[in-house]
Amino acid sequence: MSVSNEATGWSCSACGGELEIMKVGFTYMKGNFEVELPACRNCGMVLVSEELATGKMADAERILEDK
Amino acid sequence: MEQDTLREWEYKCIQEEPPECTAACPIHVDARLFVKEMGRGDREAAFKVLARTMPFPGILARICDHPCELKCKRLELDESLAIGLLERSCVELTTGKVRVQLLPRREQRIAVLGGALAGLTAAWDLLKKGFGVTLFEQSSQLGGSLRELPNALLPEEIINEELAILETLKGDIRLGETLDEARFEEICREFDSVFIDREAIAGCNLPLQLDDRGDVFIDAASGATSREGVYAGGGSRDSGTWSPINETLQGRKGSLSIERFIQKANMEAGRGNDGPYQTRLFTNLNGIASTPRVQPANRSAGFSYDEAQAEAERCIQCECLECVKSCLFLERYQAYPKKYARQVFNNQKVILGAAHTKNQFVNSCSNCGLCETVCPTNFHMGDLCLQARRAMNEQKLMPASFHEFALQDMSHSNGEPFSMVHHEPGREKSAWLYFPSCQLCASSPGEVLSSYGYLRERLNGGVGIMLGCCGAPAYWGGRDDLFRESLATVRSEWQKLGSPRVITACSTCKSLFMEHLPVMEIVSLWKIIEEQGLPQEAGEAEGATVVVADPCSSRHDPETQEDVRRIVQSLGMTIEEIPLSGDKPECCGYGGLMFNANPKLARDVVTRRVATGSGHDYLAYCAMCRDHLAAGGARVSHLIELLFPTIAGGDPAARGWISWSERRTNRTRVKQALLREFGESGEDEMNSYRQVSLIVSQEVRRRIDERRILEDDIRRVIDHAERTGKRLLNSQNGQYRASLQSENVTFWVDYTPEEGRFTVHNSYCHRMKIVGVKS
Ligand code: SF4
Ligand code: SF4
Ligand code: SF4
Ligand SMILES: [Zn+2]
Repeated sequence: MSVSNEATGWSCSACGGELEIMKVGFTYMKGNFEVELPACRNCGMVLVSEELATGKMADAERILEDK
Repeated sequence: MEQDTLREWEYKCIQEEPPECTAACPIHVDARLFVKEMGRGDREAAFKVLARTMPFPGILARICDHPCELKCKRLELDESLAIGLLERSCVELTTGKVRVQLLPRREQRIAVLGGALAGLTAAWDLLKKGFGVTLFEQSSQLGGSLRELPNALLPEEIINEELAILETLKGDIRLGETLDEARFEEICREFDSVFIDREAIAGCNLPLQLDDRGDVFIDAASGATSREGVYAGGGSRDSGTWSPINETLQGRKGSLSIERFIQKANMEAGRGNDGPYQTRLFTNLNGIASTPRVQPANRSAGFSYDEAQAEAERCIQCECLECVKSCLFLERYQAYPKKYARQVFNNQKVILGAAHTKNQFVNSCSNCGLCETVCPTNFHMGDLCLQARRAMNEQKLMPASFHEFALQDMSHSNGEPFSMVHHEPGREKSAWLYFPSCQLCASSPGEVLSSYGYLRERLNGGVGIMLGCCGAPAYWGGRDDLFRESLATVRSEWQKLGSPRVITACSTCKSLFMEHLPVMEIVSLWKIIEEQGLPQEAGEAEGATVVVADPCSSRHDPETQEDVRRIVQSLGMTIEEIPLSGDKPECCGYGGLMFNANPKLARDVVTRRVATGSGHDYLAYCAMCRDHLAAGGARVSHLIELLFPTIAGGDPAARGWISWSERRTNRTRVKQALLREFGESGEDEMNSYRQVSLIVSQEVRRRIDERRILEDDIRRVIDHAERTGKRLLNSQNGQYRASLQSENVTFWVDYTPEEGRFTVHNSYCHRMKIVGVKS
């Protein structure tokens, strides 16, 4: 999975920092993944877009469920 | 599922049984496929189909006496397919040549005595099996009575050309042989086994037992003679009923027996279908128009190219698929139950780590039982899927996403927000117990309360009430643990009330209780109303025509279906009956939790139903049917809305879609109203998130509902974000985005705070868990 640069325009409202593209770990049904996503370096808050959640992530979930 | 169980399931589905034509053909030519290729105008392919089964197709296809036609399914409509003429036209019009696939050579040598059709077939088959074959013929040429047929039907050069194939196959052909007793003994010593064509050994006086007619005696099943290793067949010409295809069959049986004799294999096993037999295939002829057989313009010349194609197109291509034709789930996965049974079995057997590619399939069936009703052998795909789901749960292989939402909805119904049991206010005893169902309360809370009032007014002895779920979601999800637990609760609460008669308003509750709690005496709300008379407030709907949408759970309950119809008629309405009613209702997509495991399929099921509707309003008597049909865009009302209207003169069919959040709120409303009436405090505890007040547009509500996101889920996210400050800010539009992971799902919300309330712009979710940022 990869995602377009969506970090622009977003900031972390907890610390005020800008979001940067970082490596984020995910896990589902015994599978582990790493995706580059916008996130706050200080607070660890991650940004998952609707496009990603309902697209590639949903597809990957389906595939893992039929395993 | 074990191998034997799989076999039983597989045997039950008859889709792979041969069509009548193939079963009736003595050598089982795949006539259906042959005719199909002819119908497509592909003669080369058609020829290949013949050559797969027929020896000497250039000969046999011209002269076969086609007993298949006597059994062709089309005979029940008009006339059988002209299979014989089609075969003839195929070989007359193609240049197709037989390409024989030889099996590895074997060392045994077989003698064939007599070169008429039976002997020729035996020689052909044995050569193909790899044996060394020597063909002894008394006359100066092969063919026997084939040579006596009219040249226009079977030209001399065709016979010669086709028989030459034996030499190509390295058969040793001895013409002009004398076949007397001494020579026969010699041959028996020299060869490993012998086949005798009885047509071609006339006057030979072989030392073998004879039958009443003076022919060499043979065992009808195997062709065995009185001597070990010597087989015989053919010769029907002398009995006056010469049948080329039967001669062929006898040669074929002989060659098969010889092969088994050589291999020392069981002679009888698995030979029940040698020769014609009765197929189990069912083919529905409804809706197939009658079309007479194509007559060749020139009778003696047979079919022209176009005539053959037109005739071939008359073939029905017999098959069953009754269930697939009526169930979108079965159609969607592109096979049929016999194949599905195997796939489900394999899915269950794969060792851990391998792909369970049928998980979603197994969980997409609505368990409605329509397949069982339409199947000629009552194959119930729902039963098969249900046992597979139970196994998945036991093996801990069930993905949570398939049923989690529905099971949470069930636990909502069986928990504090809804569940409740009570005698009628002011009474200590209940002769009756009303079980309105969690989903009817979710969809029509006001009407449920009115109907409870009606029951108390009309029935004597006290009418208690029980709010809760019957356990159907757990049952459908294969969660027997949860199901049993929920049944046990219902049972003990019911006993505490003194085991009253139970009144159900939902067909699913009724059928589940009747099957799993047979001690309960159950009667439907509709039966009571039918007997006690319409409620005073019942709306007048004089003149309206409705389509009664029977729920799938009423399939085996004609009594309730009739009660409902009588009520509808007494309301002054006319009923339009549709084919998928009575014992054939289709599911709305809720049953079997299809809506949860395969939401797209559930939507398509409803969309198809709505699109093929007659245009009249639907009248449902299952809350989920009403809600799903409404979500699919149909005008639909629930019977209870007509009997106990909340707005006089309103139009319940226009009520439309309702969200899962509203459903929960409605359930709680029913409980609160009853508690207030019973004089008990009706306030539910307030968690902090419950005070988050949302502003959600209709469009967003619909979208989040399809994603199975509840407004309470959104409240929790916002509550958490606002309390912790953990939220992201979009500088372009000023909206916040926040997320919160519940047990298995992470919810995201885009929102803007507005004077103490929160406008929700969007919400979505995923099941993958965020582990964290890697530095
Ligand atoms: S015409 Fe003859 S060979 Fe063809 S299918 Fe019928 S019986 Fe079999
Ligand atoms: S209709 Fe076609 S498939 Fe059916 S029995 Fe006749 S020839 Fe065979
Ligand atoms: S109705 Fe379906 S399950 Fe039954 S025999 Fe036909 S194809 Fe098989
Ligand atoms: Zn931060």
